[in-house]
Amino acid sequence: MRQPRRKPEPVQVIKQRRDATLRALVEGVPYIQYLGMQFERKGDELTGVLPFDQKLIGNPMLPAIHGGVTAAFLEVTAIITLSWTYLWEDVESGAIDTATLEAGGLPRLPKTIDISTDYLRSGLPRDAYARARINRSGRRYASVHVEAWQDNRNRLFAQATGHFLMPQRRE
Amino acid sequence: MATKTDIARQFIEAIPHSKALGMRLTEMGEGEAVIEMPYDEKLVGDPETGVLHGGAVSALMDTCCGAAVMSHPAAPGGTATIDLRIDYMRAATPGQAITARATCYHVTRTVAFVRATATDDDADNPVAAAAGAFTVEGTR
Repeated sequence: MRQPRRKPEPVQVIKQRRDATLRALVEGVPYIQYLGMQFERKGDELTGVLPFDQKLIGNPMLPAIHGGVTAAFLEVTAIITLSWTYLWEDVESGAIDTATLEAGGLPRLPKTIDISTDYLRSGLPRDAYARARINRSGRRYASVHVEAWQDNRNRLFAQATGHFLMPQRRE
Repeated sequence: MATKTDIARQFIEAIPHSKALGMRLTEMGEGEAVIEMPYDEKLVGDPETGVLHGGAVSALMDTCCGAAVMSHPAAPGGTATIDLRIDYMRAATPGQAITARATCYHVTRTVAFVRATATDDDADNPVAAAAGAFTVEGTR
């Protein structure tokens, strides 16, 4: 006999759990706060947002965003997207403990092994956006590609490929 | 008279982001640069351990590699990063400053090739290594 289908959870319950998890990931890391980065979520899709700020400038003559800031923005987007994907199942099933997360109990984050950044054009004094694609995520290693743009989605100003060591699940 | 290193130091300190991170150029030779970045809690990537975020190390590496290009005897008038790869070998020890050393080991008319390492107090055991290509803009 067919199992009776579970009634879907009310939308605000699931949204609360997703947003609490994302908030914990982003707000728990001092460096992400220092850069002023935010994340926008549509379902499970994340977009990293870096609002322009004077302290992010690397070349005051142009002016242009510091190459290190661009690299950091791409790396943070990769790590948050990777953690988010890794936690997603637990967020959806309700296995995740949002109370602990909100109290600052940050889940363990993936560690960067290496990251290679391509600078395609200079970063303008404007807000920047980035999205990561996980090309492979195994139990131990993950390979992630990230793209960043400013005014036009089709005119990337930087892209990066990084390899990450996944946190080991506590049994 | 201001030495070349003094000029370079002022140049680095005029970069808003490098200044915000407290970077200080300590040595500069022909195609070589050493930049120090103090430990700061606002740059932490893992609040549980207090380890600096890789992104802050990237910013230091990028600045140091650019400084090495600018100090090369070929005297580029300006430079920009084409690509930079960073390997993170271990977590930096919390509380310790990070020192990056970059060498611009080859320059053509258009491209400069650079490698760098970053260390904390344990100078024999690098925290990270970098390799990159930079543009060479109008010679001075």
